[in-house]
Amino acid sequence: MRFRVSVVVFPGSNCDRDALHAAEAVMGAEARFVWHQERDLARPDLVILPGGFSYGDYLRCGAMARFSPVMESVVAYAERGGAVLGICNGFQVLCEAGLLPGVLLQNAGLRFVCREVRIRVESTQTPFTAAVPRGTVLRMPVAHGDGNWNAAPEVLRDLEAHDQVVFRYVGAGGDRAPGATPNGSMDDVAGVRNRRGNVLGLMPHPERAAEAILGSEDGARLFASFVRSAAGAAA
Amino acid sequence: MSYEPVTATRALLSEHKLTDEEYRRIQSVLGRDPNIVELGIFSALWSEHCSYKTSRVFLKEFPTKGPRVLQGPGENAGAVDIGDSLAVVFKMESHNHPSFIEPYQGAATGVGGILRDIFTMGARPVAVLDPLFFGPLDASRMHSLVDGVVRGISGYGNCIGIPTVGGSTFFHPSYAKNILVNVMAVGVVRHDRIFRAKAAGPGNPVLYVGSRTGRDGIHGASMASDVFDDEKAKRRPAVQVGDPFVEKLVLEGVLEVLQGDAVVAIQDMGAAGLTSSTFEMCSRGGVGMRLDLSKVPVREEGITPYELMLSESQERMVIVAHKGREEEVASVFRKWGVDAEVIGEVIAEPRMELLFAGEMVADLPIAPLVEDAPIYRRPFVLPVPAGEGGKSVALDGAPDDLTALKRLLASPNVSGKEWISSQYDWSVQGDTVVGPGSDAAVLRVKGTRKGLACSVAVNPRFVAADPGLGAAHAVVEAALNCAVTGARPLAVTDCLNFGNPERPEILGQFVAAVRGITGACLALDTPVISGNVSLYNETDGGSIVPTPTIGVVGLLEEVRDAVPCRFVREGDLVVLLGETRDEMGAGEYLATVLGREEGACPSLDLGAARAVVDLLVELASGRRLASAHDLSHGGLAVAAAEACFGAGLGVDLDLATDLAPVRALFSESAPRVLASILPGDEAAVLEAARRRGVPAAVVGRVVPESVRIAVRGRPALAERTGVLEAIWAGAFRDAMEEA
Repeated sequence: MRFRVSVVVFPGSNCDRDALHAAEAVMGAEARFVWHQERDLARPDLVILPGGFSYGDYLRCGAMARFSPVMESVVAYAERGGAVLGICNGFQVLCEAGLLPGVLLQNAGLRFVCREVRIRVESTQTPFTAAVPRGTVLRMPVAHGDGNWNAAPEVLRDLEAHDQVVFRYVGAGGDRAPGATPNGSMDDVAGVRNRRGNVLGLMPHPERAAEAILGSEDGARLFASFVRSAAGAAA
Repeated sequence: MSYEPVTATRALLSEHKLTDEEYRRIQSVLGRDPNIVELGIFSALWSEHCSYKTSRVFLKEFPTKGPRVLQGPGENAGAVDIGDSLAVVFKMESHNHPSFIEPYQGAATGVGGILRDIFTMGARPVAVLDPLFFGPLDASRMHSLVDGVVRGISGYGNCIGIPTVGGSTFFHPSYAKNILVNVMAVGVVRHDRIFRAKAAGPGNPVLYVGSRTGRDGIHGASMASDVFDDEKAKRRPAVQVGDPFVEKLVLEGVLEVLQGDAVVAIQDMGAAGLTSSTFEMCSRGGVGMRLDLSKVPVREEGITPYELMLSESQERMVIVAHKGREEEVASVFRKWGVDAEVIGEVIAEPRMELLFAGEMVADLPIAPLVEDAPIYRRPFVLPVPAGEGGKSVALDGAPDDLTALKRLLASPNVSGKEWISSQYDWSVQGDTVVGPGSDAAVLRVKGTRKGLACSVAVNPRFVAADPGLGAAHAVVEAALNCAVTGARPLAVTDCLNFGNPERPEILGQFVAAVRGITGACLALDTPVISGNVSLYNETDGGSIVPTPTIGVVGLLEEVRDAVPCRFVREGDLVVLLGETRDEMGAGEYLATVLGREEGACPSLDLGAARAVVDLLVELASGRRLASAHDLSHGGLAVAAAEACFGAGLGVDLDLATDLAPVRALFSESAPRVLASILPGDEAAVLEAARRRGVPAAVVGRVVPESVRIAVRGRPALAERTGVLEAIWAGAFRDAMEEA
């Protein structure tokens, strides 16, 4: 049976089509959109909350999206152990909805930033990185104005203790370096997971770096890892 | 509010920018005096901006047809066939004056406007490019203007999710009080889904879609309304305020509704809002409309019919639907949370009948306001090219060549612009194969093997020195920028920014530039499919240098074979295509290093330009090019250094030339290209060049980490690539951040 991916579409989502393309062309999944006013997630194996500006994000990014009908279903689905990937604005929505710890503030430089970054895999305790060795450095773009991840110091300590920081920004050499983090994120955090590992959020865009023609296939490794983990779980 | 005929006082006509003669023409068209609503409509439609009354007679010279052209000028945007039943739709526009008054909103709404032109054609926008022209960074307000414009483009384009993949930045004192913000947008559509803005079918409903109408952007009109409102209306800024989130909703709604067959015609409300959109749709279809303005969704109470017709509130469209299908159309927009109201119907008679609260507030014929609008044949004086027939420019006081190169790399016109491009989301949509910072951006076309190369170009100094030749250079450079990626240039869009055409010498610049573009487009087989004219770019009596910005889109049959503009590998041979002559006039070296703007614009052989384009396409499709970079500002030395950046590579060149080293290094002769090829390919490459009559020579090879250039065996300059790259990458960022 083919793998099923549901991509949530808020009115201001603008990476929804990119995510759908990655799900179909890279993961080989049967992918569909789920409109923000719907509650039926259509029995997915994976829900992707894509990048964009959900409801315009004139308030805090993702702050309104959490009240949408579809998010009630996403929260329930995640609480049942369903896999959820939040990319960029999707990560912001997951934090606002309480599915992931921390909050994404305006970039430290106070400007939108779009550039290629390197992120290092810090945890393999999620299906998205289970097949990507710890310490692997992945190259993909960021494009956001509010990607400055922050949390209370005790929250970060707790995350560290439970191996929940999944990605950190690193320099060309693969080590944490000045200037490597594009947005001022606390402790260079680029992505985190929930305790159980079924919910992952990250600011960089794996779907924009998932094909050779786009200059990097590193993003595809996350999708491949997920497919392999899901197949393993099903077997 | 009264709809009685106006008394045409001098003040009233002047506020509406109508001449006495134009007013007499209005009286003769109507057989009576107009009322104030009608006067406002005449004023808008007969404005230079809407009617092209000065430029139209000259623009007819452009070649606009070709076997691939599906839609030329006259619609919201032009369209060109790219095979696979797909078309590329593109256009460029200006938003100059608003951006100088309020840079953030001016630039933002410029992006919004051009995107609407693309998606009303049924095309999904895939790219935005922004050619920007500023005064020197130390000019008054210039830091904040640059910052505001970039933030405006960033804020709008990023939110709506269209990648800003390229552009250009040029600094010159003549823009200090009149910056130029041009914006080009590109979209892709299936042939059978191209929509046009031709109203038809009496009885068909007319729908208003999008943001509610407010009092923003009523040019001069808000001032005029003061005269007639007892309640003194608050004067809103003449600059419109954009909402990219609403535009995104309108975009998705429009593209969804155009998937069906309920829509007859669609047009966005740009300049002169509801007036120009409805009149132009009627004009194209030879029909009329009867509209009830009381049904237009509004932001506030008390907006008058005059304001409704002239407001330039953003994110609004007019749709003519098939009778009986209006609810189907409206329901799509409701799903996206967008207002959609039936405001009237198409009528057979070519007239515009406007009602408000049960009263007829305007009753006007269509043709006299649109296709039969006044046309002026203003006097012009063709320019005399600068530089005494190409006489060699003296270079007294020239520093050593390395110092000169470093100054050029640090100059605002040459230095790296990542400070700007990193604020734009250039990778959204996941199709950006080559992003900002290259000669052309390259986008893949999903579902095909193809790619689109997009580039903008103009060297205003060349145009100032010789408007005809300089404009032709702009076409050639934009086309070459595409061709170095391996793409075949398809067609041209233009944004013609000039001063006050009522001055004969300014109109002469315009006429010469149009002729220059025409000649180059004919030589390159790239018809002009869309464009925009921006005149009156003059502040306090000072005109901008003439700036005909050219945009070109090229087609790559195999996007995987797109050629990068930087060296990729040590050991590759470096080939120089084209002839280097003593052409330092109007150049970056002269301006930046010696502080002089003089001399002749470099010559241009259009046949040679065509040959270079054809050669590049041939070599790229045969996979003979490892890299290729167009030579422009700063000539060979700058291009050679740039081609080394990014990958830690260097280059070792030895130029065999009779020219003095400084001229060989910094001349801006065109067309020229610096390419790298695999060792062993040189015989085939040189033979291909010889067959096409393109001068070509192996001038060196790609080496590690240093740029070394010799002339006739004598070293002219040598420096570590890292040092040069740091200068190039840091200069503009530092200049912006230190403020």
